[in-house]
Amino acid sequence: MALKRIDGRKANELRKITAKVGIIPNADGSAMFSFGNTVAIAAVYGPRMLHPQHMQNPATGILRCNYDLLSFSVHDRKRPGPSRRSQEISKVTEWALLPVLDLKEFPNTVVDVQIYILQADASTRTAGINAASMALAHAGIPMKNLVCSVSIGKLDKDLVIDVNKAEEDFKDGEGATDMAIAKIANSNKFTLMQLDGKVQPEVIADMLKMANKACEEIYKIQEKALKAVLE
Amino acid sequence: MMEEDINEAHEAGEEMVSSSEGKKRRAIVPGEIIVTGEDFLPGDGARREGDNVVASRFGLAEEAGRIIKVIAVTGSFIPRRNNVILGRVIDVTFNGWLIDIDYASSSFLPLMESPRFVNKSEMDQFLGIGDIVAAKIWSVKSKGIDLTLKGKGLGKMEGGMVFHISPNRVPRVIGREGSMINLIKDKTGCDITVGQNGWIWVRGENVDSEIKARQAVELVADKVHTEGLTEQVEEWFAKK
Repeated sequence: MALKRIDGRKANELRKITAKVGIIPNADGSAMFSFGNTVAIAAVYGPRMLHPQHMQNPATGILRCNYDLLSFSVHDRKRPGPSRRSQEISKVTEWALLPVLDLKEFPNTVVDVQIYILQADASTRTAGINAASMALAHAGIPMKNLVCSVSIGKLDKDLVIDVNKAEEDFKDGEGATDMAIAKIANSNKFTLMQLDGKVQPEVIADMLKMANKACEEIYKIQEKALKAVLE
Repeated sequence: MMEEDINEAHEAGEEMVSSSEGKKRRAIVPGEIIVTGEDFLPGDGARREGDNVVASRFGLAEEAGRIIKVIAVTGSFIPRRNNVILGRVIDVTFNGWLIDIDYASSSFLPLMESPRFVNKSEMDQFLGIGDIVAAKIWSVKSKGIDLTLKGKGLGKMEGGMVFHISPNRVPRVIGREGSMINLIKDKTGCDITVGQNGWIWVRGENVDSEIKARQAVELVADKVHTEGLTEQVEEWFAKK
């Protein structure tokens, strides 16, 4: 591949990842995850009492996610508060995480996950999902596995991993496409695939293959960060 | 007078103390394979997946004979039967009290479980809204938690102050056979009751001794993973 990425990375190279667990003392579980300049923090509260009562489910506990870009996280100040975009991302984050959770032990309760993006440089939802997955584990919630998430981009005809803002705005050739992907670690089960742009159907298999590889790396970092709090 | 319940509380939490004799423990993340083979049985926090025993939660994996379990080290309080907890009265109903114990479902202390006879019309004189009470968990059901006050050291906590630590740090604060908490009691002259839910009540001669006890407890809670903690705390008291 002749492609030169704007920040000089190789096509299959992630940005520098940092992960830390236990950053918010008042939360039951918390974590920070960053891809380069994209920084996400997640806090987990609960299982706790669920209000309004009509949302309570006597069969199982429920998961409630809230994703928010903080006003200072982007170049032009973002108007604070929920938006159409943040509501959608909250919902897909919830769906990406729910398949690994087992909340049957906690009927009528809620697990709240708050995800805040401190700095945004594209791929914020994937960073948020990675942070939330670690925070849920840290909160001692019964889980089948961790969730790893990464974005795969297509710049003109070349596939790249973990797109940043400059690449998201790429205009040449076929333009830029990106897909946020989340999967259950060490398995072939995907919990989130969100395509933004155009892509040939036969390319998707390649994108997933790239995501698999990147998720292995991400999983190792998540695992290390979690185990670090026990030492 | 408090000794008894501290020891009981200690027994309930003993399995969570991180240094134990001869058992292998290692940090584990959810979904990680702990052991492979048919010889093992999954215990608390573990499950079987084909040939493997896999962790269902984050914590320390321990092999106790054939049983593999994962011990919780972080996260919110999980009530168990016979835990001694501290709570705050949030409502007085016609046949008991509702107690807030920092858990998702509500907990109920029936009138019948008070140690002496309480007249239904004078219930709020025995325990009113906002009072702090030490109680024992009688049962944990999906509908809620039932408490009892029958037992030594249980009842309303009068005077003093209450503060919170992480419930996972409680076993360390109590120490082996209550050694740590007894040390802090000796050095400060305070009465201390530690609830398994991480609520701690202290009452001393004066506020200064209470604050000293609180600082000591928070010191222990902060340094949860260091060895020789008792010596460190003794040193800390010597400096004060």
